[in-house]
Amino acid sequence: MQRGHNKPLVELMGVTQRYGRGARQFTAIQDVNLTIVEGEFVALLGPSGCGKSTLLRIITGLNHPSEGLVRYRGRALTGVNPYATIVFQTFALFPWLTVEENVAVALKARSVDEAQAYQRAIELIDLVGLDGFEQAYPRELSGGMRQKVGIARALAVDPELLCLDEPFSALDVLSAEALRGELLELWTGGSLKIRAVLMVSHNIEEAVFMADRIVVMDKNPGRIVAEVPVTLPHPRDRKSEAFAALVARVYAVLAGQTQPEAIEYGTEPGQSGQTRLLPAVSVTALAGLLEQANATDDERDPIAKLQDELGLDLDQLLPLIEAAELLGFARVESGNLILTPLGEAFAEASIQTRKEIFASRLRRLPFFRWMLRMIAAADNQSLRWEVLLTALEPEFPSDVAERQLDIALEWGRYAELFAYDDAEGRFFLETPTVTAK
Amino acid sequence: MFKPRTFTPTPPARPLFSRADIWLLLVLICLLSLAIVAAESAPATVQGPDIDLSLSALPFYALRSVGRMALAYALSLLFTLVYGYIAAYNARAERIMIPLLDVLQSVPLLSFLPVVLLSLSAVLPEAVAVELTAVVLIFTSQVWNMTFALYQSLTTIPRELREASSIFLFTRWQRFTTLEFPSGALALVWNSMMSWAGGWFFLMAAEIFTLGERDFRLMGLGAFLQTAADRGDLAAIGWGLLALVVVIVTLDQLVWRPLLAWASQFRLEMTGHDDESSPSWFYDLMRQSVLSRWLHNLAGVLDHVMSRILGRHPAPDPYLSKTTRPSTLSWVLTILSVIVVGWGIWLGIELLLRVPLAQWREIILSVGATMLRVVTAMILALLWTVPVGVYIGTRPKAAAILQPIVQIAASIPATALFPVLVLALLTVPGGLNLAAVALMMLGTQWYILFNVIAGAAAIPQDLRFTSELLQLHGWERWRTLILPGLFPYLITGLITASGGAWNASIVAEYVVFNQQTYQTFGICAQIATATATGDFAGLLASTLAMIVVVVAINRLLWRRLYQLAETKYRME
Repeated sequence: MQRGHNKPLVELMGVTQRYGRGARQFTAIQDVNLTIVEGEFVALLGPSGCGKSTLLRIITGLNHPSEGLVRYRGRALTGVNPYATIVFQTFALFPWLTVEENVAVALKARSVDEAQAYQRAIELIDLVGLDGFEQAYPRELSGGMRQKVGIARALAVDPELLCLDEPFSALDVLSAEALRGELLELWTGGSLKIRAVLMVSHNIEEAVFMADRIVVMDKNPGRIVAEVPVTLPHPRDRKSEAFAALVARVYAVLAGQTQPEAIEYGTEPGQSGQTRLLPAVSVTALAGLLEQANATDDERDPIAKLQDELGLDLDQLLPLIEAAELLGFARVESGNLILTPLGEAFAEASIQTRKEIFASRLRRLPFFRWMLRMIAAADNQSLRWEVLLTALEPEFPSDVAERQLDIALEWGRYAELFAYDDAEGRFFLETPTVTAK
Repeated sequence: MFKPRTFTPTPPARPLFSRADIWLLLVLICLLSLAIVAAESAPATVQGPDIDLSLSALPFYALRSVGRMALAYALSLLFTLVYGYIAAYNARAERIMIPLLDVLQSVPLLSFLPVVLLSLSAVLPEAVAVELTAVVLIFTSQVWNMTFALYQSLTTIPRELREASSIFLFTRWQRFTTLEFPSGALALVWNSMMSWAGGWFFLMAAEIFTLGERDFRLMGLGAFLQTAADRGDLAAIGWGLLALVVVIVTLDQLVWRPLLAWASQFRLEMTGHDDESSPSWFYDLMRQSVLSRWLHNLAGVLDHVMSRILGRHPAPDPYLSKTTRPSTLSWVLTILSVIVVGWGIWLGIELLLRVPLAQWREIILSVGATMLRVVTAMILALLWTVPVGVYIGTRPKAAAILQPIVQIAASIPATALFPVLVLALLTVPGGLNLAAVALMMLGTQWYILFNVIAGAAAIPQDLRFTSELLQLHGWERWRTLILPGLFPYLITGLITASGGAWNASIVAEYVVFNQQTYQTFGICAQIATATATGDFAGLLASTLAMIVVVVAINRLLWRRLYQLAETKYRME
């Protein structure tokens, strides 16, 4: 398809989405400007919680942004965009309708008469390669086949803008790969009326494989941080150097660079300045990452390769890397993970030594310094969960605070910095010192 | 037939007491006071119907009873649709409506029977009032869980399905037929079945109710059984019970099972096959008959007409665009209801001030007496249901044989058996006390039994193997494996059972048998005597006392235990 000089299809101007009110307010998306032109395949890429799905819902008119303007073909969008359609991550098929009915129902909603709707449905089912399954119910199909129904249904309404909301992430690896190819074929074949495709993804390779432009988002608050054009011709070869270089480049944007300690650590809760959020990872998974990185001879491990070897989602890998950086076990430089001597020591250490290393690192983190001081200052050196939660609440929204405390609990328990009594909901310092009266 | 209400984890853990609870108690006081003020002008004597004990009269009585049930059910369904929809889609209304449901579910509504009867017979012709009371009572026993089921189905429709309906521009009617109705159908049918089974208990109670000079009995199977017991006519008792079982089983096989089989196509889960879940021979038969084609065509016509009426324009999804913005209407309604409730409470306080201190003491003691009976009945029920339930639950072969027998036994409403119990036990010293406890057990043990069976069957196989390997036997095995595994199920069973037991006491503590009034010391006897003697202040005081105590037990004991069951004893 010819791209470049085409008319804009979708324009977002200063789009911001907030939820909640007052002190509990939370910004899902902040000041997003984005244009999608005709003939373009755009991928929205980012970690979970960066608001990419919310952005897709704003573009299709399912959500109204708190601020900013959404235009479709130059006209402000009010309500659901009738020229757009969505292929959902969880397929969103009606379990009580057959494959045929699931596709036809989208047509019937547009006042196509019954006979014609079924005729068209059967053609589309044929097009996606599901002929023979017209009368089957979704629960009889595999994930890949269900998503084909989802695609057939989306195509049924002859959309101009096809939105894909992580369409392959609920599928097994092989089905996902096959379906990516088939979808690209439909798109590059040019026989459809579709003018543009917008795909939400958290898989970098997938985005580089399919899109003409990758829009990279980051979280807290959700915003666009980079745009990477992909000019490789289709069909793209994943093994080619140019492909690998692009993947590495996107990884570098997403994983960032390790900052100096003062910036990485942030400040203690209650003090001025940003308190660093603890990444939601388990100690076991972190140890697994470090062992994997240590196992290779090479000092520098490309993150893309690590992801492959570990079989993790980007959403699982990025927090692990963040934790490794925060604890001083690794550094990130231009898409590579480099273990520090401490990280190597941890990867090779015994169970008890690991705990000691971990404890010594945790004691340096402002969050744990604050927590330990709070517990030590309390009566009997024990503190209720709720007290800490309340103390955190000015800093974070309550669900985030709770999540942070959960992570701190797991890490601290592992490091034996403190103990926790679940029945009472109380933290204790690990070695209670008896205070004489 | 009877279906167990077994443990299912519920997501929202509400606080023990909320401001809404207080508000709702006030509303209840108001309603009660208004009803009681109306009741003061009720006729002093009410002539009951003559009950014919001949066999030929039985079908007619059965029809009358089923008619009442059907009417009440239709009313419940209508209420469910309206209330469920509003609560699901209007965030402001939801905040009041859902806690309200919660309280109403836990109040022993049968204790309202005397008040409702009196106040309705004060304003309506007797015959109408009595019939209406029966219907209203059955309605109140059926409606809450149905409404809750619909509300939950509507609010738990997967978000992506709602979004799909919006992005594909569904019309309002299409959203209803393709999304909302199928999502709610299974839960609604399932809960309707349970409500219907529970309704028999209330129906029988309403049909045999007599207070002093006022005979509120109704022509129906309940009154038939009671009259038969009155006259000691064992043959008629047998026929009456047989007729009752036949009616219940027939309706189950010809109405509820087919409905359930039909509704099971609307499962949201994406796993498993259609045929295995709810078999019904009658449904299979109907599917092959011409009748199903007619029904199908009828549905097609309805679909066509309705989509014409409701228009062809896409409608925004009310759930996705749910807001809490107050409207003027809601302000007006709030102010109006505050005025009405204020007036009612003022009336109520006036009445309550007339109750002397000695009577208050009496009331508190009698609540204690009834509670003692409830506790006794539940302990006795536990003593036999736990071993038997564990036996059945852990042996699939035994379950296959025993489950249907247990279900038939459980399907007989305990209140139908009560006159027989009284006949048998009245001559024994403390007989009515025994009969009361026996009635409570009869009415409630099944809830516990079914839950124990389900709980025992749900103990994971690998935990069972592990406890074998660890050589846990006897008490040790019960303590570490069986009792913790049963705990959530036992709590669910006990919650339902205790609700049932409190309801049973209204029938059990005050009995007119052979023109003779018998009563035992308890809060429901207080309610009945107060009604019979026209002591309206006492009636309000004792009804309120019972409600407050039951709601408090619910919140302070049962809800805590349930939360414990959810957090600590969940097997996953």
